[in-house]
Amino acid sequence: MAETAAGALWYRRLVLALLLAPALLWLLALIVLPHFDLALLSFRARVAPREYVASLAQYRSFFGEPLYWHVFVRTALLSAFATALTLLVAFPIAWIIAKLARGRMSALLFVVCLIPFWVSETVRTLGWMILLRESGVLPALLVHLGITAQPVELLYHDATILVGLVYTSLLFMVVPLVGSLESLDNSLIEAAYDLGGKGWPILRTIVIPHAAPGITAGCIVVFMLTLGNYLTPTLLGGKNSLWFTEQIYAQFITRFNWEQGAAFGFLLLALSTAMVWLGLKASGQRFSDVMRRV
Amino acid sequence: MSTGAAAAPDLEVSAVTKRFAAHVAVNEVSFSVARGSFFSILGPSGCGKTTLLRMIAGFIQPDGGGIAIGGRDMRNVPPNKRPVNMVFQHLALFPMMSVGENVAFGLARRGVGRAERTRRAEAMLERVGLAGAASKRTDELSGGQRQRVAIARSLVLEPTLLLLDEPLGALDLKLREHMKVELKQLQSAFGTTFVYITHDQSEALVLSDRVGVMNHGRFEQLGSPQELYYSPATSFVAGFVGANNRLTGTVLAQDGALVEFDAGGGLHLRVRANAAFTRGAAVDAFIRPEAMTLARTPAELPPGQSALSGEVTDMLFDGANSVVLLREAHSRRELRIALPQTGAFADLRAGARICFGFDPGRAICFPGTHG
Ligand SMILES: Nc1ncnc2c1ncn2[C@@H]1O[C@H](COP(=O)(O)OP(=O)(O)OP(=O)(O)O)[C@@H](O)[C@H]1O
Ligand SMILES: [Mg+2]
Repeated sequence: MAETAAGALWYRRLVLALLLAPALLWLLALIVLPHFDLALLSFRARVAPREYVASLAQYRSFFGEPLYWHVFVRTALLSAFATALTLLVAFPIAWIIAKLARGRMSALLFVVCLIPFWVSETVRTLGWMILLRESGVLPALLVHLGITAQPVELLYHDATILVGLVYTSLLFMVVPLVGSLESLDNSLIEAAYDLGGKGWPILRTIVIPHAAPGITAGCIVVFMLTLGNYLTPTLLGGKNSLWFTEQIYAQFITRFNWEQGAAFGFLLLALSTAMVWLGLKASGQRFSDVMRRV
Repeated sequence: MSTGAAAAPDLEVSAVTKRFAAHVAVNEVSFSVARGSFFSILGPSGCGKTTLLRMIAGFIQPDGGGIAIGGRDMRNVPPNKRPVNMVFQHLALFPMMSVGENVAFGLARRGVGRAERTRRAEAMLERVGLAGAASKRTDELSGGQRQRVAIARSLVLEPTLLLLDEPLGALDLKLREHMKVELKQLQSAFGTTFVYITHDQSEALVLSDRVGVMNHGRFEQLGSPQELYYSPATSFVAGFVGANNRLTGTVLAQDGALVEFDAGGGLHLRVRANAAFTRGAAVDAFIRPEAMTLARTPAELPPGQSALSGEVTDMLFDGANSVVLLREAHSRRELRIALPQTGAFADLRAGARICFGFDPGRAICFPGTHG
């Protein structure tokens, strides 16, 4: 009797292990191993061809060279700003999907948010370029409408990068927001209104506290995606984009300085970890609650 | 209890109508509620009670008719500007706030300062018997306590009118009985006018000064609980308010206030009529369980009551509310008769034959709704 019970337990564990195996292998092979190797890389310096010593030189050069950490801080700030913008744009959309639209309409709106993902990121971004470049559609339209005398270059501005980033991130903010707004009981809003509340106080005291886990989840995902985005800032911002991922790319590919690139990679990882931690602390959320919303 | 004709009604609803597509949810309903009184709207599920209440609160606009609160017309006045507060069907306490913050919410929206609103919220909580609960979370309270918080949250704003949408619906039976009494006491202590929705006729009877019985979007009758119980105006009210035996049949003859009808199987009964009937017309008669008298022999019945007989099918013992179910000998109809408090018939068993009678003046009939 006891033997078969123990056998069943052992069997269940085996099944569980087998089911989890692909995910664990994937984690190990594609995330843990490369990062382990990158960590080793980042803590060494080349003294002669094929001769390396353990050193903090890579990190020292990051703090020593203003361009590096300027770009780093700029990327962090712009990412935070893009996240805030995405939240502002996504909130009304999520509100309409969760609270106002019914049935088919709300499904349709979801699909509209999904449309940008039907084409590859490269094609999508190139589409923006066709619209915005000096000889493109939008500047021509501005001239045609008499708003500007000459076609203006709309590419290669920070604002252009932000527009592109918000556009690609929108869905990742809308989904958790819709989830958390749908679970908000309408009668709470009505009760608040009945007790004399108006738009903003109700939003501040009822809706936002209720949606906080969803808001935090959306912000974390969008911030991480934005911080690590390479294509959108590079294509829309051109040479002026000064995005940190570009620096990493340049170190690895252009300069062939893998040690420096690895150090940059770790600094970016540290940055996103720190920002997520700060965001959770500031909004008083627990990581496990938030991740359930994503 | 308010009676004074001088006091202006706190709520005046005149010919209010609301349609959802082709469905008329509320159909030309009119009533007024006197200051400080307890008014109930009683009706089965889906009859339009919530819709009517939400129009009074201002969440939906009527398609026709008018609503005046405290003598002021409420057309185009949004809910947050009406001197009315609502206790929601599922209470809708704010889970993100403490009990004290819930009660202080309305005061904060009116711009009352923090210290003052904390003081007033705590004073209000004390009045509803929740002293010291201000810092608790709402999910730390019992069902009855949550109920009182919801009422306190509204009453702290001193509304002209408090609307309650089946506030006891979510509670278990025992607590509901208890809260019923408490609600009545709260209402008389505060003197606020209550408009109370329920589908539970006993709640409406116990609590109210006046009741409107609603069915299919219309008011079938408006009156005191006693009027509804003893002189129902329609067959629906007779069947819905209080326990009743319904007997259908065809009219044989009318003699002034009394109608004689055939209830089937040659059973002829005489009951009070509320309208003129022609011979052969369909009729619905209602006899209250407590209006019937049990007897071992026909001779024991009070004089003037014709003797009927039946076979006991069941004894339903429920203390003072015990009844016997029996099948009438001729018509084979099942009837429910209250057992006397004396315990005289406590020994009846299923299968026993028994006599019974009733005073025709305490039974009532209406034009039949059946085929
Ligand atoms: N927003 C709406 N759109 C369409 N129909 C509605 C709407 N609200 C209510 N109804 C319909 O109107 C009728 C009355 O609804 P209401 O909610 O007023 O009933 P109720 O008496 O409160 O019932 P209950 O006791 O079940 O709460 C119902 O048939 C309902 O389906
Ligand atoms: Mg209802």
